[in-house]
Amino acid sequence: MSAVATLKSWTGAVLAAPVFWLALIVNVPLKAWQRATGTGGMAAFFLAPNMAIFGIFVLVPLVINFFYSATSGTAYFLQDRSYVGLEQYQRLLDCSNYLDTATCREDLFWKAVHNTGLFVIVQVALLTVVSMATALILNREIIGRSFWRAVFFFPVLLSPVVTGLIWRWILQRQGLLNMIVHDFGGEPHNWLTDRFWAFTAAVSVSVWAHMGFYTLILLAGLQAIPRDLYEAAEMDGTRPARVFWRITLPLLMPNLLVVIVLALIRAVQIFDEVYVLTGGGPGTSTLYLTQYIYEIGFASLLRNPGLASAASILMGLVLVVLTLVQLQVGRRGERKGARQ
Amino acid sequence: MSGVAAFLTRRRGGRSWHWTDTVTWLWLVGGLVIMFGPAVWLVGSSFKTPAQLAEFPPTILPYVGQQMSVEGYDKPLTLYTVKLPDGSSKVMAEVRRIGIVAQMIDPKAPKDIIKVNIADRQPVREIGFATENYTEPFVHFDFLRYLRNSVFVTAMATLITLLTNSMAAFALSKYKFRGRDFTMLLIVGTLMVPLSVILVPLYSVVSAFGLLDSLWGVILPTVATPTGVFLLRQYMLTIPDEMLDAARMDNASEWQIYWRIVLPLAAPALAVLAIFSVVWRWNDFLWPLVVLSRKELYTLQVGLNTYAGELNVQWHYILAMTVVTMIPVVLVFVFLQRYITSGIAGTGLK
Repeated sequence: MSAVATLKSWTGAVLAAPVFWLALIVNVPLKAWQRATGTGGMAAFFLAPNMAIFGIFVLVPLVINFFYSATSGTAYFLQDRSYVGLEQYQRLLDCSNYLDTATCREDLFWKAVHNTGLFVIVQVALLTVVSMATALILNREIIGRSFWRAVFFFPVLLSPVVTGLIWRWILQRQGLLNMIVHDFGGEPHNWLTDRFWAFTAAVSVSVWAHMGFYTLILLAGLQAIPRDLYEAAEMDGTRPARVFWRITLPLLMPNLLVVIVLALIRAVQIFDEVYVLTGGGPGTSTLYLTQYIYEIGFASLLRNPGLASAASILMGLVLVVLTLVQLQVGRRGERKGARQ
Repeated sequence: MSGVAAFLTRRRGGRSWHWTDTVTWLWLVGGLVIMFGPAVWLVGSSFKTPAQLAEFPPTILPYVGQQMSVEGYDKPLTLYTVKLPDGSSKVMAEVRRIGIVAQMIDPKAPKDIIKVNIADRQPVREIGFATENYTEPFVHFDFLRYLRNSVFVTAMATLITLLTNSMAAFALSKYKFRGRDFTMLLIVGTLMVPLSVILVPLYSVVSAFGLLDSLWGVILPTVATPTGVFLLRQYMLTIPDEMLDAARMDNASEWQIYWRIVLPLAAPALAVLAIFSVVWRWNDFLWPLVVLSRKELYTLQVGLNTYAGELNVQWHYILAMTVVTMIPVVLVFVFLQRYITSGIAGTGLK
């Protein structure tokens, strides 16, 4: 046994050795660089790799997205594309009645907008209520709180593909849900080929997958509420409902608003798990904005990267507005915290 | 009995059971079933044979049909419990089946073939695991390659993330220079730039670097995580500057200070970031889906989605592969979950 342990520690040392040698070797030119440029140069050195990657893969795309949306063609390189001004936006926004997708030139885009709007409203409302209820329950004096907290957190870690496949398997014709329905004497159903049920499944599965994250934030907020407030209320004989409306909810408000805005921002971008679950179907009933961007930009035979880019900028604008709201909310929450 | 009930329903402070306690425990136990049930069902199903997967209603546990080698037949025959016309039942082996009529023999007397309506028989089954669901995808599909790609992407991206983010966090927390606050603002500001907003131009940038259809094209755009820089910087701010100054007195270079002092001290924060990064990169889907078009470069997530999107979905393999894809994340959940939850509760980041 000790031989194995020795072997293990040796392998560890051998594997780690190059890293330490590298660090030692790197030190020589860096010392020279430090002598030549002072600590200011060293700060630049330490920042460089991260900022280079960050600049190339985040900032540059962010800037060229605007140019991109002003060009047309199927080529991906900007210099191979022809300038068309605001034509892509005109095309996207060309609608005689925004509530009726059939009257729009890009009816698929508007279909995705409508679907996403409905999804966001229903999903965020459900997510907030379920997370709030779970956080309130976890905040009670229960045995094994950290265990129960972990239970609700488990799906958060699963990959969207795994989540989508797990639920596709449960909701399929010979699946678990139909077995339960069958046991209760109901009629088995093709859940994912029915417009209403596919939408319900998309909402429920995404709530299932993400509620643990928001529960955690709300629980942290609940635990920060001073105990003595509740003790005082109990001494006064305040009814529990009144305690909730007058103490818990007002003091939790900053966290709750952060949760709602964060959930909104995420819901607008919904893609992976629904894409794996329904593929946007049946028809286009669960086609959401990110999938539209992906399909028009890459997957579709009639791909149009400029149009996808314009759509992504419009989506980005919505997200910017939501982010500004979040910052405002966060600041108000901070001020409130400072006053206490 | 009443003693047990009293023990189970007792509450701190000697208060008696309240209806809200019932709601609490219903919610918790219901949550346990709903949160873990689907994953458990997946694991159970992944051990079923294709024939069993097609059954309705499905069984909870995986079963395999029992087989037996019978004298005079090369292959082992499947066993059934047959209801005979005289009302008795008997275990018999199936020789062949034509329509709804099966030709069966008694294993003890293999000479006489009896014709049985298939409605009058039940397969003899025992709990058994179709482990070939796990072994065959490694042979017949590119599953091993996908697994390797995923491991490579996850490991490389995490290592680079730790190195570059910690270097940037070190600069942003331990040096004073012009534009420091602006840099920090820029980094944190882009927390709000999701992939779907820059999907198309990012694709063209990556293709301009010749990184399309390469695993590095998957890795590099993801490594400069604002979350990581933010998390590490907050932690490094708590390391006293006097310690660094003392090292400088001893003639340590700035690189040595970073490598020998700050990194070891920031190990707890690095561990949290490493856990996050592993989960993020392992689970990434949209970006690899866009960048990788050659099948042999697919990561597990993209490969799974492709197989599951085929016209004739081979669920017995898909389910097993899904379980394998889930394993690293389940390990993280079992052993490292508290680091993640404390990380989220502390910073509100995911």
